[in-house]
Order: sequence, then structure tokens, then C-alpha cells
Amino acid sequence: MNFADEPAAGENLPILPGHFSPGRFERVLRAGQFAVTAEIAPPDSADPNEVYARAEDFNGYVDAINATDGSGANCHMSSMGICALLTRMGYSMILQMSCRDRNRISMQGDVLGAAAMGVANILCLSGDGVQSGDHPEAKPVFDMDSISALSMVRHMRDNSAFLSGRSLSSPPRLFMGGASNPFAPPLDFRPQRLAKKIAAGAQFVQTQYCFDIERLKLFMAKTRDMGLHEKVFILPGVGPMASAKSADWIRKNVAGVHIPDSVIKRLAGAKDQKQEGVDLCIDLMQQIQEIEGVSGIHLMAYRQEHRIGEIVTKSKVLGTRVPWSPADSNRSST
Amino acid sequence: MKAARDWSTRHAKGLHRLYEAFEWTLELLDPLLHKIGYQRLDKTFARLEGLIKGFLFDSQSCGQCTLGATGMACPMNCPKTLRNGPCGGVRQDGGCEIKPEMTCVWVKAWEGSQQMGQGDSGLQVIQLPVDTRLKGRSSWLGALKSRREKSA
Repeated sequence: MNFADEPAAGENLPILPGHFSPGRFERVLRAGQFAVTAEIAPPDSADPNEVYARAEDFNGYVDAINATDGSGANCHMSSMGICALLTRMGYSMILQMSCRDRNRISMQGDVLGAAAMGVANILCLSGDGVQSGDHPEAKPVFDMDSISALSMVRHMRDNSAFLSGRSLSSPPRLFMGGASNPFAPPLDFRPQRLAKKIAAGAQFVQTQYCFDIERLKLFMAKTRDMGLHEKVFILPGVGPMASAKSADWIRKNVAGVHIPDSVIKRLAGAKDQKQEGVDLCIDLMQQIQEIEGVSGIHLMAYRQEHRIGEIVTKSKVLGTRVPWSPADSNRSST
Repeated sequence: MKAARDWSTRHAKGLHRLYEAFEWTLELLDPLLHKIGYQRLDKTFARLEGLIKGFLFDSQSCGQCTLGATGMACPMNCPKTLRNGPCGGVRQDGGCEIKPEMTCVWVKAWEGSQQMGQGDSGLQVIQLPVDTRLKGRSSWLGALKSRREKSA
């Protein structure tokens, strides 16, 4: 899919009235279309071709790609690097910015740099603790947290100034997002926390892996009661598990991922566990789409990115709509 | 220390009342304190404040106290020093992602704020990032000083 005003690859779309960013992700959501986003796994490499090859899995299936920022506190190519490479190709990128590794001086510099490169979306995160990664001896920075970071980015965008008050000659035009985990305690606090993120500037929110549809429904009911679904686009996270064993490992070792026993049982009972993981993911997507107030799906298919096409197609969540792929930009630039 | 800290969030309401009374007393004394000079008093006040809050709340003396808005739980005890709410890593039993044996500071803050009966109004306040220059200074005097500056 390309828009009537589709620019050449690497150039931004015009900002429509009432919009904040020059990106296609915001356009898709504000047009009321069900959106799909996906996480790209950053390579442990300095070769750009590895990034391009990984992005190809998403062509025509997703509306925006999340570039993770040292997720799990493990070292990989930076989210800035990935965004620099892929915005040039025309991809719609969501820059993940964690507070774990840098202070406010560095973060504000990155916000400007990212927007200048054509990044139209930013996801502000607190970040996983260094203790969970491959450099547990590193210094955790946490000068900001996800909410103060959101309010800082909004300040830069809307007031065209740094936190210090020094003014910007051109503000970063960003569509702003945050993360939410409806499945972690204190459960009653989670909708309140979403409200706080919205107050700090969040316009879209992507959630942690959802395997417990009932808990998501409760969260969404509360969210609707508070009217939050009208103020923020909510994209619950899902992903295929490779096997019952790996699902069990994840729930024991990855902070904040809640996987009910029934899911482990369903995977363990399947002949082809890998396929069952994909099928379960598709089932969840279809159930999530039915929930009132949900605006899209966020896919985290770690090490199974090549199956994104199959998952999106089989789930039918996009109907007949085909998201952008690099070929669309090439057409319009000729 | 942990026992005192847990006791404090369980008695958040009473402690908050007590603190408000104390604040009121400080305000009464403010003209005198101002005359002596906040700067000169800071060391003594910071030491006293550190002792009291350290015992009751395991306060980390950041110099910009949020206890009244965070259910009387010191957010600087969060290993990520999150001041605006819990991260997504809280374990199903309420344990901290990084220190599983410790209950998440924000699980405590949530309980404390429910106990205080102020609804969620305190927790909804967006806390600005810490001013690292104020670490180890008295937040009591800091509050008096900023009130004075605002009214000036």
C-alpha cells in the first residue's frame, strides 16, 4: 500500500492536519485501520546487509518496525544504527529508546538525530536491568524513567526546546509511544499507569507478550471505563513460541512475561510444537482483534521473523490491506 | 530495615498525617530558619532527615522527596530508580525483576497509597527526573526554599 502523496524512499510524508509525525504508522492508525508492528532482531554485526536481509521478512506485512535498544540488556547493533539504515530504504521505524544506558543529554541528542534521519515514531522505555543481560557488571544509568522520558520528548516536540529551556530551531516531529504490561503486578495499577503515560505524551502503546486473553480483556475493560482507548492506540503484543520447553524457559527467566499453564500444555501436546506455536499466535491475534478498543497487534517473533508473513496472512487481521514494502516507494519515485 | 520499611507502607496514612503536621511546624518556623540561612542549616537538617527517613523508609536521600505521593515507599530503592511507577518486569508474586527476594517498591507504593485513601492522585503526579545536585541535601529545607521562591 502506498499513499497518494507517497514520497521517494527515505523521504518523509507530508504531515496531515491533526497529525504529529510525517510517518505512515500514524496515518494508518488515525485512518482507523487495524495496524501491525513487528520487532526486528538487531544483528551482532557491523554489516548493514544483515539488517536489510532481516527487514525483508516484513515487506508488505507490517506498518512499522520496532528497532530494539539492547533488549534484555544484551549488546547488539544499536536502535539508532538500525533506524539509520532502514529509514534510508523508506521503512517506517519505531525507535526504541531505553533509559538504562544513557542520560538526558545523550537522549535528547538522539531524539534530534533520529528525527533528522526520518524516524517518525519513538517508543520510550525504562529498559531491562543490566543484571539480566550479558554485561551484568555495567553501570545502570536510569537518569530518566519511561514516563519522564515521554514528557521530555513531548516537551522537545511541542515546545521546541530542550529540558534546559534552550530552544530548538526545528523540533522533532514524532509520534510517541510507550510500553505497557497488563499482565504484571500490581495489576490494578496497570490501567492507572497507562493513564499516566498518556498524560506524559504517549499516543500509542505496545504491550508485553499476551498469552492470557482473559487478563487482557479485564485490562481493556478497565481501560475503556477510563476512556483511555479513545486517547491512545493500543497494540497488544504477541509472538510464536518455538516449543513448550522454550515457553517454559521464557516464563521462568524473562522478566514480566506471564504464560499460563494451559499454553504450555497446548504446546506440549502438539505433534509439531513449532507449528502449534505459530497457530497459537494466530489464534491470539484473532481473539485480540475482537476486543473493543484495540487498534492493532505488535509482533515479537524472536528468531522466527521469517514466519511473520505466514502469521499475518493466516490471521487475516489486515483484511485485504497490504502494508508498505520498498517496491511501493520505488514505483512512486520514478 | 526491611521490617521498618514494610511497617511504614502499612501505616502510610498515619505517617503521612504526621508528616503534614511536621511540615506545618516547619512552615511556622520558616521565618527563623530563613533568617539563620537554609545553606547553613542544610548539613544538620540533611543528617537528621537522613536518620529519620532512613530508618522509617530506607530513604536514599535524593533530596527531592516524593514519599507523600508514592504511598510512603521510597522509589529510589527501586534498582532502576523509577520514580513514576513500576516497570513491566515485576514478577507474578510481586517480586522485583532484579532482586527477586525484594518486593517491588511500586507494589508497596500501591498498597501504601491505597492505605492513605487519597485514591491514585499522588501516583498520577508525573515526577520530573532527579536533580542529581540535590542528592544528600535536605528536602525539607528544599521544599521551604522553593515555596519561598514561588511566592516571591
